[in-house]
Amino acid sequence: MSAESETSERAPSERPAGNDVPLLEMKGISKEFYGVRVLDRVDVDCRAGEVHAIVGENGAGKSTLMKILAGVYTPTEGEVRIEGEPVSFHHPLESQHAGVSIIYQEFTLLPDRSVAENIFLGREPKRGLLVDRSGMEARSAEILEQLAPDDPISPRAQVGLLPVDRQQTVEIAKALSLDSRIVVMDEPTAALAAHEVERLFERVARLKERGIGVLYISHRLKEVFEIAERVTVLKDGERVDTVPTSEVTSPDLVRMMVGRELDQYFPPRAEPGSRGPVKLRLRGAGNYLVSNVDLDVHGGEIVGFAGLQGSGRTELARAIFGADPFDEGTLELDGSERQIRSPREAVAAGIGFVTEDRKAEGLALMQSVRDNVSLAWRGLRRSLRKKHELEIGELTKAVELRARGLGQEVRFLSGGNQQKVVLAKWLATEPQLVIFDEPTRGIDVGAKAGIHDLIRGLASEGVAVVMISSELPEVIGMSDRIIVMRHGSIAGELEAGPTEAEIMFLATGETDIDVDDSATPAAAGGEQPQEDGS
Amino acid sequence: MNRAVSRAEPRVSLGGPWGKVTGAFGAIARTTSGPVYLVLLVVFLICFAVVTIDGGEFLSVDNIREMLVRSVALGIVAAGQTLVILGASLDLSVAYVISLTSLIGAETMDGQNGQIVTGIALVLLIGLAIGLVNGLVITKLRVNPFIATLGVALIIRGYLEANYAGPAGSSAPDFRKLGFENIGPIPLSVILLFAVVAAVWFLLRWSRFGNRLYAVGGDEQVAKLSGVRTHRVLITAHVLCALAAAITGLFLASRLGAGSPLVGQEASYDLQSIAAVVLGGTYLLGGRGGVLGTLAGVLILAMLDNTFDQLEVNSFAKDVARGLIIIAAVAAYSVRWRRHRRREAAAAEGVDEPPQGGAPVLQEGRAT
Repeated sequence: MSAESETSERAPSERPAGNDVPLLEMKGISKEFYGVRVLDRVDVDCRAGEVHAIVGENGAGKSTLMKILAGVYTPTEGEVRIEGEPVSFHHPLESQHAGVSIIYQEFTLLPDRSVAENIFLGREPKRGLLVDRSGMEARSAEILEQLAPDDPISPRAQVGLLPVDRQQTVEIAKALSLDSRIVVMDEPTAALAAHEVERLFERVARLKERGIGVLYISHRLKEVFEIAERVTVLKDGERVDTVPTSEVTSPDLVRMMVGRELDQYFPPRAEPGSRGPVKLRLRGAGNYLVSNVDLDVHGGEIVGFAGLQGSGRTELARAIFGADPFDEGTLELDGSERQIRSPREAVAAGIGFVTEDRKAEGLALMQSVRDNVSLAWRGLRRSLRKKHELEIGELTKAVELRARGLGQEVRFLSGGNQQKVVLAKWLATEPQLVIFDEPTRGIDVGAKAGIHDLIRGLASEGVAVVMISSELPEVIGMSDRIIVMRHGSIAGELEAGPTEAEIMFLATGETDIDVDDSATPAAAGGEQPQEDGS
Repeated sequence: MNRAVSRAEPRVSLGGPWGKVTGAFGAIARTTSGPVYLVLLVVFLICFAVVTIDGGEFLSVDNIREMLVRSVALGIVAAGQTLVILGASLDLSVAYVISLTSLIGAETMDGQNGQIVTGIALVLLIGLAIGLVNGLVITKLRVNPFIATLGVALIIRGYLEANYAGPAGSSAPDFRKLGFENIGPIPLSVILLFAVVAAVWFLLRWSRFGNRLYAVGGDEQVAKLSGVRTHRVLITAHVLCALAAAITGLFLASRLGAGSPLVGQEASYDLQSIAAVVLGGTYLLGGRGGVLGTLAGVLILAMLDNTFDQLEVNSFAKDVARGLIIIAAVAAYSVRWRRHRRREAAAAEGVDEPPQGGAPVLQEGRAT
């Protein structure tokens, strides 16, 4: 308890910011997980007083790169240098001592403690035997004042009661109190509203003034152009390029971020005439996470949902499924208005939900295939065990499950087969609408095609299918229609087979593109060609 | 359930005022022990009314003193228990530690005033050792606190049952004064209770250990990432908790005049202390609460006991009533807390929901 943890006095700003040696250099960084290469010889550097943005699609390797810098992961190969000195981090504390602060997407603050207590956690100043509370508060107030002079945060405020952007300011203050030289911000605006983003940028500007290097991870290109000097584009774990923001436009960046061939096999789309009646209809639906959603899903079609992480796709699915029920607008199933207030009601109404995280939300891993398949069904009606057994056998056959038997524990199955168990579980309830959230995440390429076939098969039997996916080729290849979400509402709708760029434009809100052959006559977008982001 | 209203209300009212409730009332209401003192007041008023109507005396000096003295043992254990619970741990061994230390204290003193210091020192040393074992098993061997301290409890129990058939030893005459003497109108033991509570309060508020304990209990990962040596903090909490139990053992030895192998578990100080802590508004999963709440929790239980005794309620009904009150109080805190959290979420999202960002795009993308 007498932990005299370092109060190392570093003075970053007094160091002459020599432009020849970058503050931070990451060279040839590769990272493999179980033989899968997620980063391949990536180079990134950052100068003092510079904001360097890192952009890329979901899964491009941005987070992995940052976690290497943070000391959470160690790179398989490659080298990190700070002011020319090679460093190697094996623990978050080591990178912290070297002057690297990470502001994670989820804040690392204690909501029940005060602002000052959070800022100085683990490094509380002492006066004699006691914690120097007044000193701690004064020092916090000083840092907070520098960050937000117009509206400083009280060091005594309880963090959990502050609005999100102010909590983030507390995170930044914590980084400053550590005398960090490099601050990494991982999607800092994901949780912020427009006016809060402005305030964040002011704070970032102050970091620059102090000679701190900022690595800014985002997929919002507009922000990148607003605050970054240079931008590095990552794609599939490789660095595409690093360019000054003054020399590119946002369509350039989008092209660099996407643009891969669509070499996967997808089952054929629905015949034009096979679309059935409307199964699900939402009008002005919303809750505290999504707003003003109008949506029709017909039987027999697959509606793909694209969008960035946090754009509200999963939240919408959860709302439809009654997990976070809508509290405004209307929901109709098969033409009659319904209120779905719990997952149980959703299941009873014929909605199935194949969740994103099948291990946590979709399966009871320690239980058998039999128990898992009958889970949703048993929740609704109790039937005789004999009959059960028969039907389960048929269902698992229908999804082409490969397991040693119905008694096998689900945790021993492969990802693809686990997903088939989840699907069988929903088939048992004879659903009218099935929502898939990232149906092939973490599944081998080979097994993906099988899942895709099953999803299409479900649709061709007249079931309405909603499929959320962050993999653009998958959304494009599978969907009969694509809805793009942004900021918790629908940003636009695209007909089957759009380009990745079209989706990304809608998802990032960079520029509103003309939806060419949809039923809506393309608005007079002539005076505003696609470059207002730059 | 009217959703539209429940949604609209926080949006309007929460941006500013919730964060800025000022004045003494606001300050108290926002602390976690705030509502506990409200419950304390309500229980007090009810007990007072009931006893008075029944013709008894509730507010007489004697009765108040009686209630306080009966709170001492539980209060001291619970103060220690508060520390481990704040650290998201638990100590189920306290009841046996109390029995063990009462015996060792009384046997060491053996009725001689000259042995008082040795007795106290030995007892505290044993408390320290047991706390150290608890803490080490939990942190280094990664045994769940429930199991770890239950195991230690069983070991002590086995030792007690093998070696003691009944009360043993004899407290030194001067040492018995702790249990019975007064300073002015205030019993010495009550002063001891307040001293322990004050010490724990002081640690929580003014020491690095206290600050870090909240962090460890609130989110161990965050604490670790902030450079806190979480194991050390948790072990310290366990040592202090066992020391508190040892002090309780000493107090009971003084009160009884001898040590007893049953004194701890007869009053089930293990579960009672946890109940008092939770009744005092400390979150069972750690990170939130404080020792002043625990004190209130102990006083609530003491007032109830006193009232039931005066009304001569039979002891089974007493337990039922106590159980109901604990559940009701904790349910009330929990509901209040969840509502509070939801409001926060709504307040944060309410601003976030962009009618500016979302709606126009929707029109452009589809309807133009």
